[in-house]
Amino acid sequence: MNKPSSPVPAVHAQPVATAADSRPERRRRMSAAGVAGLAIIALWMAAAVFGPWMLAKDSGDMGDAAVFAPMGGAHWLGTDYLGRDMFSRIVEGTRYTVGVALVATLCASFAGITLALLAAVRGGMIDALMSRSLDTLVSIPSKMFALLMVAAFGPSVPMLVLIAAIVYAPGAYRIARALAVNIGAMDYVTVARTRGEGTWYVMRREILPNIAGPMLSDLGLRFVYVVLLLAGMSFLGVGIQPPDADWGSLVRENIGGLSEAAPAIIAPALAIASLTIAVNLAIDALGGSHRRSE
Amino acid sequence: MGASVAVQGLRIVAGEGDAGQVIVHDLSFAVKPGEVLALIGESGSGKTTTALALMGYAREGCRIAAGTVEIGGVDVLSLDGEGQRRLRGRTVAYVAQSAAQSFDPSRTLIDQVTEPARIHGLMSPAAAKAKALALFHELALPDPDHIGERYPHQVSGGQLQRIMAAMALITDPDLIILDEPTTALDVTTQIEVLRAFRRVVRERRATAVYVSHDLAVVAQMADHILVLREGRMREWGGTNRVITAPEDDYTRRLLAAARPEVQEVAAARGEAELLLEVRDLAAGYGPLDAAGRHQVPILQDIELRLHRGQAIGVIGESGSGKTTLARAIAGLVKPSGGSILFNGSYLAPTLAKRRKDELRRIQIVFQMADTALNPAHTIEAILARPLQFFHGLRGAPLQARIGELLDLVKLPQSLRQRRPSGLSGGQKQRVSLARALAAKPDLILCDEVTSALDTVVGAAILELIADLRRTLGVSFLFISHDMHTVRAVCDEIVVMQGGRKLTQIARADYARGPHHPYYELLSRSVPELRTGWLDELPATDAPELAV
Repeated sequence: MNKPSSPVPAVHAQPVATAADSRPERRRRMSAAGVAGLAIIALWMAAAVFGPWMLAKDSGDMGDAAVFAPMGGAHWLGTDYLGRDMFSRIVEGTRYTVGVALVATLCASFAGITLALLAAVRGGMIDALMSRSLDTLVSIPSKMFALLMVAAFGPSVPMLVLIAAIVYAPGAYRIARALAVNIGAMDYVTVARTRGEGTWYVMRREILPNIAGPMLSDLGLRFVYVVLLLAGMSFLGVGIQPPDADWGSLVRENIGGLSEAAPAIIAPALAIASLTIAVNLAIDALGGSHRRSE
Repeated sequence: MGASVAVQGLRIVAGEGDAGQVIVHDLSFAVKPGEVLALIGESGSGKTTTALALMGYAREGCRIAAGTVEIGGVDVLSLDGEGQRRLRGRTVAYVAQSAAQSFDPSRTLIDQVTEPARIHGLMSPAAAKAKALALFHELALPDPDHIGERYPHQVSGGQLQRIMAAMALITDPDLIILDEPTTALDVTTQIEVLRAFRRVVRERRATAVYVSHDLAVVAQMADHILVLREGRMREWGGTNRVITAPEDDYTRRLLAAARPEVQEVAAARGEAELLLEVRDLAAGYGPLDAAGRHQVPILQDIELRLHRGQAIGVIGESGSGKTTLARAIAGLVKPSGGSILFNGSYLAPTLAKRRKDELRRIQIVFQMADTALNPAHTIEAILARPLQFFHGLRGAPLQARIGELLDLVKLPQSLRQRRPSGLSGGQKQRVSLARALAAKPDLILCDEVTSALDTVVGAAILELIADLRRTLGVSFLFISHDMHTVRAVCDEIVVMQGGRKLTQIARADYARGPHHPYYELLSRSVPELRTGWLDELPATDAPELAV
């Protein structure tokens, strides 16, 4: 479309108007990949919320089935190393994987964006101090940091949320600060300042609405990172503790089935892959349409 | 000697297929060899699009749907890509509005000026260089033999614009397209550039198309004027005829807006109390020296007195410090010296230390209405905030006051729920004014509020400001680079240059001279709306020539 940096402003009015006219049409034309991504996310969300009530089998029931049984009518995804139904295990694990990751992501983004807005609005020493200390945090390898925290405070769900939030807040801060500093230079923010508005108002009402779009895209991406971090920690045995299991610990539990090509090990791994890829597809589709509409 | 140009049924469409929006509607015109045609219109009138189509070029997203463009008997639009490439820069040359953006910052000027000759293989590098130097002489550039060795950032905007003209002329094109070549320049610089352009165009008997929104500038340059509006031709005729006896209603409005009427406001000057007093104000950037002055001073020894109900215009060229003065009064720039008194009490240098009531009494309106309104809020929310913040209004009284404000700036109530992106430039500027008025201020600082608007729209804003002064008695500090704007709305004019106040002139004395020489120079430099004005101007007004 029309390049915004075009040196001659004379005819801008028309192309811009055209873009505005045809916008609803573009909205409708979301890519097939995006729709697929959203569908998979919706499926996993439903599994997390309603899954446990809808399962016919008790996931803890070891029954009489064989260990590492193949897929079949009785056990759709086979059985695990104790003979439990794998499908039920995965559905029950969804709330840990999705739930913990979602809460951790929201915490990370909320903390990152709040600090970023504060830094952008106040500037000066506060900005420098926060930026440098968060840079310091980034320089610590995330897995090392997570292991250290678990070693010190023990594995628990609130601890995992806290760790993931601390690890991923600086990234959200960096992006939000870069966006907010640009918005902060706008005349409407100057007008608000000359009105004598407080820091909180400028952060929340003047700047936040204008960085919300890109930050939502970032939220989705950050969610993927957190899922992978949590799955990795569970695989290492420092995540969700037995008898509960998220997808990462399911892979770890059933690692013995690797040599038998049991579905018990491939199914949770596929679950992790499908969720992360779906979120990425959805972000691309949403982020793309957002960028075009601007 | 230039070639003739004939355009038949030119239609340019944005977007694909039948759904596309027509930007230029079946335009037909002709230019005789050696004549200059001016394309006049507001932004969005399709004047630049038309000019670009003369080179067979349509901007990305647009296409030339129908019509023919003949230059010297050759149909430009029927040429293939290779043929058009041979045409551009050789048969047709283009001088863009912003020379600063059009030059490659990493190469010397002479290298870029001789490039068209090199691309088209017209002459040896030595011959091209000699020709470029001759053109530099002809365009009255300072130090013409060596200026080409410099890089684009080492010359001024006006010089760069002339060097761009040299680049266009080096291939002796049959047609020169000048696209708003002086719009970004200060008035005193504009004269020099206009003079140089006209000389080279006349001496070569070149055919030229001059795109502009400024009728007064065009009157000096063109033989014929074509008025465009929304892609349609409104009027086409000889320059003198169009200016003195316009046939079209829209042309008449353009002419009226080009010279805004002086808005009479009965200003009670003597008996009114002193509202704002600026004493010995200084501001700048960089570290402070031993005397407490900034290393790079922007304002020095500024004295200003503004009475209640008065409007004072601050005029100066770019870099004169006029915007910094407004920002210092608003508390956005911390002064390094001097003091500001408002209503008889000293104002703190920074916003944080000023009282809420002091902040309410001084409001600021910016040049770019696009960035002055938060795109995420509705118009209603934008106007409601200062009412809630300063006056604590809620519910029905708040809604009623928003309605009053919209009426005051003559905007329909239906705009309430819209966001700024759904408003035109003039409407946005009105919302900015309404937001300032919502605080019930004593003083509104207007920083180039009409500069980014089309002339007709800008004139309406000036009328509104005069209206507000009459009905509300608000004082204005009006910052502008445009002498006509300032004269139209202000009781007094303050002239600034290089961060210093040179002189202050009351409205009654505008016509009575003699004033400060720089004021005289500024007011003489504003092009007058009649042909032959540039010829009568004495050459001594050329500050750049004297260098």
